[in-house]
Amino acid sequence: MSFRKLGLGLAAATMLAGMALPAFAQDSVYVPLFTYRTGPFAGSGTHIADGMHDYLRMLNERDGGIGGVKLALEECETGYDTKKGVECYESVKGKNPVIVNPWSTGITLPLIPRASVDKIPILSMAYGLSASARGDIFPWVFNPPATYWDGLSMIVKYIGEKEGGLEKLKGKKIGFLHLDAAFGKEPIPLLQEMAKDIGFEVALYPVAAQDMQNQSSQWLSARRDRPDYMIMWGWGSMNGAAVKEAVRSGYPMDKFYSVWWPGEDDARAGGAGAKGFKMLNWHAVGTNFPAIQDIQKHVVDKGLSKAQKDKVGELLYNRGVYNSLLIAEGIAQAQKVTGKKVVTGEDVRRGMENIKLDPARLKELGLEGFTDQLVLSCSDHNGHRAAFMQEWDGTKWVKISKPIEPMTDRVKGQLEAAAKDYADKNAGWPKRSEACDKAS
Amino acid sequence: MDMLYKVFIEPFVFMGEAPDLLIQTLWEGLVSGVLYALIALGFVLIFKASGVFNFAQGIMVVFAALTLVGLYEKGVPAFLALILAVLVMLVLAIVVERVVLRPLVNQPDIILFMATFGLTYFLIGFGELIFGGNPKEMITDALFLPQGTTELDMLGGMVRFQHLDIAAAVIASIMIGLLAVFFSKTRIGRALRAVADSHKAALSVGISLNQIWVIVWFAAGIVALVAGIMWGARSGVSFSLQIIALKALPVLILGGFTSIPGAIIGGLIIGVGEKIGEFYWGPLVGGGVETWLAYVIALLFLLYRPQGLFGEKIIERI
Repeated sequence: MSFRKLGLGLAAATMLAGMALPAFAQDSVYVPLFTYRTGPFAGSGTHIADGMHDYLRMLNERDGGIGGVKLALEECETGYDTKKGVECYESVKGKNPVIVNPWSTGITLPLIPRASVDKIPILSMAYGLSASARGDIFPWVFNPPATYWDGLSMIVKYIGEKEGGLEKLKGKKIGFLHLDAAFGKEPIPLLQEMAKDIGFEVALYPVAAQDMQNQSSQWLSARRDRPDYMIMWGWGSMNGAAVKEAVRSGYPMDKFYSVWWPGEDDARAGGAGAKGFKMLNWHAVGTNFPAIQDIQKHVVDKGLSKAQKDKVGELLYNRGVYNSLLIAEGIAQAQKVTGKKVVTGEDVRRGMENIKLDPARLKELGLEGFTDQLVLSCSDHNGHRAAFMQEWDGTKWVKISKPIEPMTDRVKGQLEAAAKDYADKNAGWPKRSEACDKAS
Repeated sequence: MDMLYKVFIEPFVFMGEAPDLLIQTLWEGLVSGVLYALIALGFVLIFKASGVFNFAQGIMVVFAALTLVGLYEKGVPAFLALILAVLVMLVLAIVVERVVLRPLVNQPDIILFMATFGLTYFLIGFGELIFGGNPKEMITDALFLPQGTTELDMLGGMVRFQHLDIAAAVIASIMIGLLAVFFSKTRIGRALRAVADSHKAALSVGISLNQIWVIVWFAAGIVALVAGIMWGARSGVSFSLQIIALKALPVLILGGFTSIPGAIIGGLIIGVGEKIGEFYWGPLVGGGVETWLAYVIALLFLLYRPQGLFGEKIIERI
């Protein structure tokens, strides 16, 4: 090989390496956004991706970033596929991300052991491993504002109150329609434990990813079993198809509850018959907040967003905004506790442990009344905040309950046991060595 | 002993105790079966004419349905959108013949099969680029697809018949009938059968292979459009529909890759079999048997009839 060819080869290799690892300016912090705008789960993922991106982009456009530091945003398409999600993680970790949000329980699980090694905090907002709420065992993982187990306990509590008390659930049958994947199975141990304690029966209806749009068997089985209530843990096109099938099979919609993932499109899929369908939520829908109006002004109206204008302010869009609110607040707090402008993953981990989104702070951020307050700490990476029940009235979600606190007494023991079990099963799981800030 | 009772006795006792649920399960199975058959038919048409297992048939279902809904959302009247969607499938057939099939003539079947893999991923990307990844609602009222339910009190219970399901079964049956007549009674149909028997012999009597390929891919495109409309009306149009289309695989194993009646009978057996299996035996293993039961049924058939119920018996001299 001639030196000329060798030289050309080296130049090409250097150029390719440069393309693979784009340099982010030293005066910015790199925030990768794992999203899925393609594949079977895109129906949910697209709106969340838009909300996540647009809030952070708005901070760049309106304020020049956070604390005078621009955010370098980059999306990585996972397709809600665990393998691709891990590939995304591997491709971004060399660029010094300050936080990673996998947006899939399946992707979160393999990233948990890597987080402490790579010093990259993981934000799995109200999804992922419930036990990772324990900051003393999982210092690098955050799953606010409530775990799946909190969510399940809130639904059971609400149903119990409707019946006149939890004890009245004795002898009742609760159906659990879930995606047959890590996410959908996550609350089953708690459901079975509660069934044993309270005395209700559980009927499980798993929906395989390939049958998300072919659920007639599950709803036929529901007709056979006659569950008094149906609780859904679904995602992507499963939610809309489930609402449709529930209507088709004549299941009473006022007895059909879901965890916090269906969006307006999913409820609309059921037509007029979907009226009465209920789900948990912890934040507002709509655009009547200064921060969201700023998104419209600085991002959407300027053509810097991929979102359809009419989707801004819808439930899943605002969920994405909430996710980015946590990212932004983690960075802002990191700047505050370290005194640095350009923070690292280690700093943001500290920042997340110092999050205190009280009403005054929410007002300052232009999100007064958007959500309940959230305080995280060294030991509590979740907050275990209350959610409320909302009902589909045929055209929109209507809030129908006061905040429902999770049944901490029931969840706490399980959560601690699960966290300990995780650490025991993963030989060599490191003891927390990260110091706690006094503030947290 | 208890397990034996639950497997061999209890389900049948329950069938007797609640015959209305048995009828409902059979009906749901039949509707699913007809739709599986419709998808399988698309595979059979292409396999008969070219010996290619068209892996892209599933995404063609999604692509056709998205084209229809996408045009409608852009303000095109429903029936014009339907005609335009048919034309898009014709263009797709021509492009596939020119760009994929023609350059690969005389290549081994596995190469053509892999080419349909490529086509699948191209159509996924192209579809997402044009229509986005969001699920869409199928047009129903504007296409005069009936909504609503008829509830019949029978056998001591109640059976619900969705009007849409009845329409799906009727339209799919008419479609299958028309295709059967077209391919058995018309000149093009005879040409197709000649091509299926021997490419060389067909060429020697002046049948244009290229023309036949365009015709069968177009026919498969129309079948995909009808399947997309019906599945889409039942559960929405999204890219996850293409996975359902893979249910056609056990249907083909069962019915034979070259038989139109086989696709129909196979579809019905798989549709009814998986619903009955899930409903009566699923609870024994925690549910979810529907996902794999179709393949088990197909495998059992394979043990006794490797060519499927109606497939051509393969005799190879070695």
